[in-house]
Amino acid sequence: MTPVLSVQHLNKVYKDGQQALRDINLDVAKGEILALLGPNGAGKTTLISIICGIVNATSGRVRVGGFDSVTQFRQARSLIGLVPQELTTDTFETPKGSLNFSRGLFGLPPDPGKVEQVLRDLSLWDKKDNRIMTLSGGMKRRLLIAKALVHEPKVLFLDEPTAGVDVALRQDMWQMVAQLREQGVTVVLTTHYIEEAEAIADRVGVISCGKLLLVEDKYKLMASMGQKQLQVDLKTPLTELPVTLAELGFSLQNHGQQLLLGYRRDDENIAVGAMLSAIHQAGVEVADIHTVQSSLEEIFIELLQESP
Amino acid sequence: MNWRAVLAIYLFEMARTKRTISQSIVSPVLSTSLYFVVFGGAIGSRIEQVDGVSYGAFIVPGLIMLSIMTQSLSNASFGIYFPRFSGTIYELLSAPVSFWEATVGYVGAAASKSLMIGLIILATAGFFVPIQIAHPMWMVAFLVLTSITFSLFGFLIGIWADDFEKLQLIPLLVVTPLVFLGGAFYSIEMLPAAWQTVTLFNPVVYLISGFRWSFYEISDVGVGISLLMVMVFMAVCLTLIGYVFKTGYRLKQ
Repeated sequence: MTPVLSVQHLNKVYKDGQQALRDINLDVAKGEILALLGPNGAGKTTLISIICGIVNATSGRVRVGGFDSVTQFRQARSLIGLVPQELTTDTFETPKGSLNFSRGLFGLPPDPGKVEQVLRDLSLWDKKDNRIMTLSGGMKRRLLIAKALVHEPKVLFLDEPTAGVDVALRQDMWQMVAQLREQGVTVVLTTHYIEEAEAIADRVGVISCGKLLLVEDKYKLMASMGQKQLQVDLKTPLTELPVTLAELGFSLQNHGQQLLLGYRRDDENIAVGAMLSAIHQAGVEVADIHTVQSSLEEIFIELLQESP
Repeated sequence: MNWRAVLAIYLFEMARTKRTISQSIVSPVLSTSLYFVVFGGAIGSRIEQVDGVSYGAFIVPGLIMLSIMTQSLSNASFGIYFPRFSGTIYELLSAPVSFWEATVGYVGAAASKSLMIGLIILATAGFFVPIQIAHPMWMVAFLVLTSITFSLFGFLIGIWADDFEKLQLIPLLVVTPLVFLGGAFYSIEMLPAAWQTVTLFNPVVYLISGFRWSFYEISDVGVGISLLMVMVFMAVCLTLIGYVFKTGYRLKQ
């Protein structure tokens, strides 16, 4: 299937010589939610800015809906909605006026019904005639989303959408992203919050130092790179780890009350049943067992440590 | 052509004018009225006629041009600078709007506003001095061309400036002196011969002279040359804007 967003060999070198992006290649399918993870200065915002037309690429190509973002910028940009990271709003305008302006920029006629629906969806209808400067930070964030949605984009870019927002608004936004996916909207978001990517993304891309280290299905990534840990609580604490268990990779923790074994999920040599048999044969009595899987955050940190 | 976007930008900018009506309209009208009181009334009564026109009436075209030029510059420069300063420029850059469409929207609004002010000042001047307009069509043509040209110039300043000080630098330190020394309040024939030659290097002389000719059929330089100078200035501004848009200078990194 033709991707709705295609980035090919994208490079960006700023005037000061800083290489912000290095040969980025990325395809995003229609209706997909892609989370771009990376530390500050990794190049996430630069990538989004080039796709949306705010920053010029040094080399490479971007296609949105099959349209080249430079030579066919009108068609490409008309498919895009962007929610920037900073709360940049026209402070003297009203939410209603601001949404009308956004529709106008996209060449759309005034549509009071659509403006009302978007403002209501984002709980801003009561504030429609207030000056934006009087809105709270959370409301301004919602307004930026409303402005990005009022022309009904096919691809929505959310640059750090939940930075500095409270838990309730964050949950609302996650719900909104899920609804957009149901409508067939593709969402690309950048985030520092791993749990955000874990909660809503289909695929995760990790960027560091301008390089796209990987783009992988969230579950596959966690399965292939995620660490698991077998934790065995003992009835009677051990003073010394039996040699047979030490050879299998177990360690003794919590003052001899717990046996631990770390392994990769895809490690075929590890069979939990066999491990338990070995424990039983070593004469160790088990009180309880449980396994713990590493989070996306731990995978992310591991990836960054591995990258040159 | 995305005409709806042009209209959206135009209306957005005009709404800003409406919000700041005292600063946008009342202030220039008041300051121009003060010029009439001081130069036209107090000082003008002691000055003989200039080329057969009373001094109060003589300075009317110059005062209108002074306002048109300064207002066009400040409106257009602020119009594009403020979104850059506040960061809201992202919306314009990521919308399906070409740079030329954005220019038409911003410059059109700035020129409309300064035209409005120019016409209000003309009407205000009518309360102080008798005014005749020998060539109304030429008067409107000079008014429109100067508004557009200086709005284009202001638009360039708004793109070039990276702080509020620079935004004011060229209007205050370059344009205002050129306007004051460009024959707004005197005929250049009143200057010593050497200074007359120097004054001819001031492009504003040609604009004021042509505009004054449309009122009283008196001018410091030929009206054809005045018109040519406006067109040249406009062509220079358009060329520079073309460069800005081609390279994304100060708009896109």
